[in-house]
Amino acid sequence: MASKPRIKVPKSASAGEVITIKTLISHEMESGQRKDKDGNPIPRKIINKFTCAFEGQTVFECDLDPAISANPYFEFNAKVPASGTFKFTWLDDDGSVYEAEEPIEVK
Amino acid sequence: MKLTRRHVLGLTVGAAAFAVAGARITPALASVEDTDKSIMDFTGGVAPGEGKITLTAPEIAENGNTVPISVSVESAMEGDDLVESVIIFADGNPSPAVATFHFTEMSGAALATTRMRLAKTQNVVAVAKMKDGSFFMDKKQVKVTIGGCGG
Repeated sequence: MASKPRIKVPKSASAGEVITIKTLISHEMESGQRKDKDGNPIPRKIINKFTCAFEGQTVFECDLDPAISANPYFEFNAKVPASGTFKFTWLDDDGSVYEAEEPIEVK
Repeated sequence: MKLTRRHVLGLTVGAAAFAVAGARITPALASVEDTDKSIMDFTGGVAPGEGKITLTAPEIAENGNTVPISVSVESAMEGDDLVESVIIFADGNPSPAVATFHFTEMSGAALATTRMRLAKTQNVVAVAKMKDGSFFMDKKQVKVTIGGCGG
């Protein structure tokens, strides 16, 4: 089961700076390819979409396929125009939505 | 009949099992042709050019379960010089699709890193779609010691 995601966002940046964000969420990412010990296929259950937005504007999105490893990890960049909050969303195949927020301050 | 939570769960599991049984008939591994077709679907028939995009992947991956890959595309990420998306394929996996990254002007740079599964030694392909309608491709072969798709 997905637990609290781990996110690394710098605490502060200068206006217009491009920062690096790293995220990791615990999730088994069951590919649908594996079989259990009785030979029955285990149904697919993965996170199929990840999004990052800054104050309502999309920064980065990813559509995930079963080839993404368990505990999906993403590293990407973001431009910081002003102080605000990054919002992260992970969508699960079962309809669950995992969310997290990280503030950043422009000095 | 009252539809209880138990009934709904039962139906869902049944439907999922049916879907999986259907999928099992398809061939086990994707081929290079499948990947080429997927690339053409993504580009709308345009052959992608070389350069601009760099795919970074290890030459040898001991564990196919977590192979770090990274893509970067040269771009100002402003106006027309913008990378809209980058799609990743693996031509020897059961299904070639790996992930699609979508970028915006807010991204600042077209750069992304993730970790993927590789079933066996194969090529990883990245195709970038630019805002002006052009496409760029890079390809890397990754040797896999232990496959990452389970038995």
